[in-house]
Amino acid sequence: MNVAADNILTVRGLCKNFGALAVTQQVDLDLARGARIGLIGPNGAGKTTLVNLLTGMLSSDAGTIVIDGHHIEKAKPETRVRHGLVRTHQINTLLMETSVRDNVAIAVAERQNYAWRMLRYGPQWRACLDEAQHYLEEMRIGHAGDRRVSELPYGEQRLLEIAIGLSLKPRILLLDEPGAGIPSTEAHIIHEALESLPPDIAILLIEHDMDLVFKFAREIVVLVLGRVLTRDVPANISSNAEVRSVYLGRSVV
Amino acid sequence: MTNQQQATTQQQILAPAAMSRPFSPAMLWHLLPWVIALIFFFVGDGYHSLGTNILVMILFALSLDLALGYAGIITLGHAAFFGAGAYAAGIFAIHFNADPVLGLLAATAIAGLLGLLTGMLILHTRGETLLMLTLAIAAIFYEIANHARWLTGGDDGLSGIRVTPVFGLFRFDLWGKTAFLYALSVLFIWFIIAALVVRSPFGRSLDGIRQNTKRMRAIGTPVWWRLVAMYSLSAAMAGSAGALTAQSTRLVGLSTLELLTSGIVAVMLVLGGERRLYGAFIGAAIYVVVQDFAGSISPFIWMFVIGFLLIIIVLFFEGGLMGIIDSVVAKLKGKADASGQTGKRT
Repeated sequence: MNVAADNILTVRGLCKNFGALAVTQQVDLDLARGARIGLIGPNGAGKTTLVNLLTGMLSSDAGTIVIDGHHIEKAKPETRVRHGLVRTHQINTLLMETSVRDNVAIAVAERQNYAWRMLRYGPQWRACLDEAQHYLEEMRIGHAGDRRVSELPYGEQRLLEIAIGLSLKPRILLLDEPGAGIPSTEAHIIHEALESLPPDIAILLIEHDMDLVFKFAREIVVLVLGRVLTRDVPANISSNAEVRSVYLGRSVV
Repeated sequence: MTNQQQATTQQQILAPAAMSRPFSPAMLWHLLPWVIALIFFFVGDGYHSLGTNILVMILFALSLDLALGYAGIITLGHAAFFGAGAYAAGIFAIHFNADPVLGLLAATAIAGLLGLLTGMLILHTRGETLLMLTLAIAAIFYEIANHARWLTGGDDGLSGIRVTPVFGLFRFDLWGKTAFLYALSVLFIWFIIAALVVRSPFGRSLDGIRQNTKRMRAIGTPVWWRLVAMYSLSAAMAGSAGALTAQSTRLVGLSTLELLTSGIVAVMLVLGGERRLYGAFIGAAIYVVVQDFAGSISPFIWMFVIGFLLIIIVLFFEGGLMGIIDSVVAKLKGKADASGQTGKRT
């Protein structure tokens, strides 16, 4: 188990059982700085469970999760975020009644440790808003800052989700189906947004849209029944007989 | 593309202007409740104790707004802190010091501390479980006050509360004029604090927790601690309200801790409108006034009026009475803005 020097995330032997059902079995996963990994697998393969284990929304039964030398497998979700492990959500969990810019600014305030300020906060909050605007523009939704999230088209809500993730200055970003629910005609928006993400962030992309995964990922991890089936470059994955059979003969690409 | 760029530059110009909030005549509306209160002070002879009661209930409802409205902490036990503040102020005056300001500070601190401790105990939970736990804690407080007769007077109530002049200058007079101004000052200070807190990064994070706890955990918010902090701030505020009622009426009864009291303040808040700050003002004022005037005719009439109002408000007007006012203002503002913009263009 020689850990490569520039590994930012190292997962070893991660296990999770729901009763007798082993949903995650001995998962090993390495993410290098700036990695672009796609995580695929048929329904029920345990992709979302794996994300929840990594982010701490679920506690693992066994195994280690190490970020940059820090063991975080027992840490609370919020502590993991502070270590730079950030996720976006499959289902929108945005603050629908709040303005788009505030959604990001609240995250920035949390990262900057301004979120405990109750009485004196003017300059700090303005700085958070400015920074939030910066991330909105990076995701090309700078024009929507003053609107309520509920008024935003679905695709832009997904971009906002990524903007919030970015605003936490992640070292590892777990993108849980950023393209879910977006009409295929608009899928390129998400793809462009993903391509523009800072190169030094390690990204794990969980996605059903194979087009998106194969375009974006430099390596693909295939998860089947809670186990890592294989990890390889996209070209080899699409020709891998085992992977094809897992997808019931359906062509992967 | 050019459209987008235009939009962004426009945004950049607009954003700082919106933040620095230059003075506008519309902001004078914020003076209205205080002007009304001061006018009442001069013309409301004979009704000052009723007025003080309204101010106390406004403060109590405002405290509930912080916890229930802004932070989404479902509670039906807020009387626990109101009553704790009232008893603390009364006991402090009888056994330690009759200075009202010291008593108020002590009561506020004790209620805040109780909020902190009980909050740490129960705020892991949400929804119905939390509701039950807040009820249980209020019931425990009630029984403690009921059984500790040597300290609280039990069901006879706590009497013999003395209050020295405020700052050694202003005597509490028989007509309750000093008490009215005293309560008004305390309410004003708490209102400023509440208004600052709900707009602060802290307040916004709690609004986020109310809307989506999962989201807030995902951005690294220590949800539990933040809820505990807001709960204990709210409890401190409710304690202040309790202290005011103890000092102005010189009597504390078990009714300050009753479930009914928790219910009444929740009704006031819903009537006036949650998450609107002024909702507490309108709700408490209307409730107390209707109770007093309709109640003098027949106790059934005021219950009927309040019940009827509440049903109408809950069914048809989300955001309570203040919500109605807000939407009217927004419509007027929309018209004004539209005319202003066309004016600029030409």
